[in-house]
Amino acid sequence: MTEPMVKAEGVHKRFGRLEVLCGISLEVGRGEVMCIIGPSGSGKSTFLRTINHLERINRGRLYVDGVLVGYREHRGKLHELPDGEVATRRAEIGMVFQRFNLFPHMTSLENVIEAPRQVRNVPKAQAIAEATDLLTRVGLSDKLDSYPSQLSGGQQQRVAIARALAMKPKLMLFDEPTSALDPELVGDVLDVMRGLARDGMTMIVVTHEMGFAREAADKLVFMDAGVIVEAGDPREVLANPQHERTKAFLSKVL
Amino acid sequence: MALPPGDLIAAEPPAAEEIQAVPVRHYGRWVATVVVAAIAVSIVHSMASNPNFQWGVVRHYLFDSRITAGVVVTIELAVAAQALGIALGILLAVMRLSPNPLISGSSWLYIWFFRGTPVLVQLLFWSFIGALYRTISLGIPFGPSFIHLNSNSLITGFMTVLLGLGLNEGAYMSEIVRAGIISVDDGQTEAALSLGMTRLQTMRRIVLPQAMRVIIPPTGNEAISMLKTTSLALVVAFTELTTAAVNIYSNNFETIPLLIVVSIWYLAITSVLYVGQYYIERHYARGSSRELPPTPLQRVRRGVFSARHDPVAMGAVADVARPHA
Repeated sequence: MTEPMVKAEGVHKRFGRLEVLCGISLEVGRGEVMCIIGPSGSGKSTFLRTINHLERINRGRLYVDGVLVGYREHRGKLHELPDGEVATRRAEIGMVFQRFNLFPHMTSLENVIEAPRQVRNVPKAQAIAEATDLLTRVGLSDKLDSYPSQLSGGQQQRVAIARALAMKPKLMLFDEPTSALDPELVGDVLDVMRGLARDGMTMIVVTHEMGFAREAADKLVFMDAGVIVEAGDPREVLANPQHERTKAFLSKVL
Repeated sequence: MALPPGDLIAAEPPAAEEIQAVPVRHYGRWVATVVVAAIAVSIVHSMASNPNFQWGVVRHYLFDSRITAGVVVTIELAVAAQALGIALGILLAVMRLSPNPLISGSSWLYIWFFRGTPVLVQLLFWSFIGALYRTISLGIPFGPSFIHLNSNSLITGFMTVLLGLGLNEGAYMSEIVRAGIISVDDGQTEAALSLGMTRLQTMRRIVLPQAMRVIIPPTGNEAISMLKTTSLALVVAFTELTTAAVNIYSNNFETIPLLIVVSIWYLAITSVLYVGQYYIERHYARGSSRELPPTPLQRVRRGVFSARHDPVAMGAVADVARPHA
């Protein structure tokens, strides 16, 4: 059996005295799409952010591609990684945010080539060619020189996806990518994500889009109050939830 | 009574022609304009007719070689001190935001000291540095030193004013830079970090360029203020524009005309700074609004070109000129 892309073992996270994650254990296989659903404050976004070490965990172990996240284990002791190594590992994990977080002082093209140029020293011509390809793939070949303020929310989010893909990540994290969008524009972004899933990208998606979860996900996880309440095949969980808490949540959102 | 459905939509637009309304008459504004104009005329008249202003003397000294030399020194001082202030300000602001308490604490201490004492006193301190430290040496602290310098030869008049004003300015600039940095959304830093950029790359490429929009206007303020604060060089007997004028009028007693000369020069240099600030602000406004208004130069150029090459625009102008032809 091959190593899973993401493996969490009893992950705990505290903010001060508030326990946000209370022992999360899960596995995401290569090429798998996992959707995480749950009420706000359930810790699903926080868990996503621990995977690329934007939040450090307080207990448990978290592995990406078989390598411990954020630490190095040496003779039974954990050593913090220096900033440079954390950055190198983050470069292999793409992340897409609810509020897009595009760099407003750069055009779409500049947004996409920024990290390859700065982090990987890709030659400018090559970076531009690859970025143009990516922006064409997300349907924005005519918006290369537009600034984020000139784009709709859906277009901005697609630029953000292209920006993350430009680093050729082995894993993509989506933090409620369609929650800040007008209902009309959600479809374009979901189409791009479906395309990625078809191409075999490993993805973890925190979302409220049950339709997307049902058709695109291989696994569905329902989180509440920092624990995984229920997990399994998305069609199964959505149609026939076992836990009272899951039933109550789904009856409100479906 | 229920309306028939057709009534909700007017069958015919009531008036299809363009609205030509009579504008509201602002009588108050007319009165204010007359009052302001009268005051302005009387001020200009009194300045022109009062012989005590001695405009002839002003004209004579405006391009006097001592004055123009002072102008050059003033500009050099202001540019060097402001540059030192900006560099220090960025360093202190980044230190202030450091998670290391010793680093952020020392930045805080620096700012506390330099903002808490008058810049005039700081200037005087620097001019008497030779009394405090006779020699200044570079080397390993408490260990051997490599370079020995005599304080009085190292700290010249220019250096005294440069250090006095620049180090003081650094404390103020650091607060301006810090305001700019914390005005940038945290999501920007997160996005850059998640792409694998280091903290330094994130600061230099993502945060600071966006912070500039907040940093530039108060920095323009500081630069203009710095230009005029260089006149404090008078107290350490270093000759720049103001000191040059004072030296001249203490010999010939033409006090008022020379102060006017000085004011004209400061106003002229400040005006140049305004233009610089305008273009720097435009540069960092990239991507912020949907379309930037044209610069005065672009406006002139566009006006000339559209009049010459755009027959449609010309026709439109002609039509507006004769609306009822």
